[in-house]
Amino acid sequence: MGAKKECIAMLLAGGQGSRLGILTHAIAKPAVPYGGKYRIIDFPLSNCTNSGIDTVGVLTQYQPLALNEYIGSGQPWDLDRMDGGVHILSPYQQIKGSEWYKGTANAIYQNINFIDRYDPEYVAVLSGDHIYKMDYSEMLAFHKEHDAACTIAMMEVPWEEASRFGLMLVDDTGVITEFEEKPKNPRSNKASMGVYMFTWKKLRAYLIADEAKEGSSNDFGKDVIPAMHNAGERMFAYRFDGYWKDVGTIDSLWEANLDLLNPKANIDLTDPDWRIYAKNSALPPHFVSEKATVQNSLVSGGCFIEGNIDYSVMFANVTVEEGANVRYSIVMPGATIKKGATVQYAMIAEDAVIESGAVVGEDPEQIEDLANWGVTVIGSKVNIGENVKIPAKAMIAEDVKGGDAQ
Amino acid sequence: MRANNILGIIFANAYDNVLGGMTAPRAMGSVPFGGAYRLVDFTLSNMVNAGIDKVGVITSNNYQSLMDHLGNGKPWDLARKHDGLFFLPPFSAQELERYNSGRLGALQNNTQFLEMSNEEYVVMSDCNAVLNIDLREVCRYHQEKNADITMVYRYGAVPKLPNRLLIDEITDGRVTAMSIATADREGEANCAANITVMRKSLLESLLREANASNAASFERDVLLKNVANLRIFGYEFKEFCPIIDSIQTYFDANFALLDAVNQKQLFGCGRPVYTKVYDDMPVIYGLGSDVKNSLVADGCVIDGVVENSIVFRNCRIAKGAVVRNCVVMPSGFVADDASLTNCILDKDVTIRSGRALAGADTYPVYLAKGIRV
Repeated sequence: MGAKKECIAMLLAGGQGSRLGILTHAIAKPAVPYGGKYRIIDFPLSNCTNSGIDTVGVLTQYQPLALNEYIGSGQPWDLDRMDGGVHILSPYQQIKGSEWYKGTANAIYQNINFIDRYDPEYVAVLSGDHIYKMDYSEMLAFHKEHDAACTIAMMEVPWEEASRFGLMLVDDTGVITEFEEKPKNPRSNKASMGVYMFTWKKLRAYLIADEAKEGSSNDFGKDVIPAMHNAGERMFAYRFDGYWKDVGTIDSLWEANLDLLNPKANIDLTDPDWRIYAKNSALPPHFVSEKATVQNSLVSGGCFIEGNIDYSVMFANVTVEEGANVRYSIVMPGATIKKGATVQYAMIAEDAVIESGAVVGEDPEQIEDLANWGVTVIGSKVNIGENVKIPAKAMIAEDVKGGDAQ
Repeated sequence: MRANNILGIIFANAYDNVLGGMTAPRAMGSVPFGGAYRLVDFTLSNMVNAGIDKVGVITSNNYQSLMDHLGNGKPWDLARKHDGLFFLPPFSAQELERYNSGRLGALQNNTQFLEMSNEEYVVMSDCNAVLNIDLREVCRYHQEKNADITMVYRYGAVPKLPNRLLIDEITDGRVTAMSIATADREGEANCAANITVMRKSLLESLLREANASNAASFERDVLLKNVANLRIFGYEFKEFCPIIDSIQTYFDANFALLDAVNQKQLFGCGRPVYTKVYDDMPVIYGLGSDVKNSLVADGCVIDGVVENSIVFRNCRIAKGAVVRNCVVMPSGFVADDASLTNCILDKDVTIRSGRALAGADTYPVYLAKGIRV
């Protein structure tokens, strides 16, 4: 039995992130690499530490090995604590048997015992899919001030994009009056960020009720929140201003990485007052050779750069050989771009090899039919043979031998 | 021998006086090197990569920076319940005099640490040699040869350091003649790298003997004196191994890392070099930045020109700044239109707009910690 905590966090990290295709074949979405040395889960974890939340349950299910190993004792995020700290929560056997997490609400439901150990007043429920910096203690203060049962972090999105989101209609006092899920004609541009603060006593009751309900999809957004709302519970929207990016699709992950190079995108990871922690490997400083040119790019430890890099993100231990050109691309740890190869508007996954003279990706400005353009993805450990051309929007999960037509 | 049957001992202050301003505020082991490290990191990493899990870091003075860097030993996996990292400053004021008399004094001040350790072997090492060596191999060699003492040596420039042992004659690994390099000795020879392996019991008895005869020098009165009556073997190390004996060799050793072969030998040989963790962001190169032939560590933001340089973590090179042939230690700031050539900037140095400083490659300009130009 742990000491009583005012607020603990439950981090939903179980999803596959199916829209990330081959990138998530072997790892869960929150373990997907980002920003040269991070993984997506570093953001909610670091936000917790920086907000003073020292107890975090991480709910894993899909391909959790990489994530579990990465999180370990939680020490890199200062979450290796005597009492509390980070805990990985997988589905487990109980007297009545066991089952996989059926939905986001069911995942929390199955871990009521974990939460009860800390007897918290409040529980923050966070998704592990977003890049953002947020002080949850301020959201908690708002929740307490309004005596809410549920507070949902909300961001105003451009009206043209509103229909992609779960939206909320909010009155002047911050009360949520209605929900709209990805409507064709949005009446609101206030999007739910997938960050919730609950009064635990209330949430606990609704979780139990939802589990007993026949035909429920056991999902927060679809089942529990509407149930609370319909029962007249006090539901509030907490406004967030700042960078927030869902990295659930190939294009958004690519954009989010390149946003680090864009002064207009408001994401600054160099702020010493809000550090984003990550598990660090022992890496030497990277080397830029005499023949290399590096412009407007991010380069991580262990890289060996002899070629040309422009507006790109190089993760750890990436090799770019002489005469190779990398533009508008993300190259993940351990990948090699050989002599004279070109990588543009692409994501190269871990340990992939792009052989000499290959051309991966296409420049949208050189393409006639923009509808067919998209970021090219080369999967982990894939070898793209010499002089092979890989077109825009392709997702390559298997080796492509040199000389093969594409 | 099982790795956890070996005790590591590091002399963190050896040759403190040869680096002038660099070792004024800090021990030799704390001197920043190679873009992301401090000299002690190479020594410590060699030991932990060989599976050694108990290391005593002997230090006599100027050790606050070292303490801050080592912490509880976690980055080197030495934060252990039993064993792990032992930080060994002077136990009491009475010991200070003996520390200052060198290696022998330092060891004699720590006989209790030796006594209370139950490892069978001990590996002792200085910090001013930069190398990535497989100490498991060295220990295997020591056992195979049935050596009493194994000394790691390398063929190269004779370090201008007091009491540097030269291996004059060696047959099948057995050292039959050694000498101490004279102060005016030039050129190259087989020089001790000051990494030594022996049974702990032998070290303890040699220390007792030295105490009884009021000996002054470990090299002269323990090693050299026993070349005939102990089986002393030499283990030749053939890879990158600069031995730092002056600001000039420090400068040169850093630049030697711009060579890909040396990088591979020091960093890419499968035994990582561990160091304190800083949670910095990867390097951001701005539009208009121009970097050639340089090593740049995380946390830097580079908007200017950087050539043939080693830039440590958290530095800012502004647009219009030009940094050539420099070693820029952590948190340096070089403003726009500032120009630096052949300089060594210690931590937290600021070079303001329009300032120009140039040394020569054989006489680098050293700017002390915190200086603002």
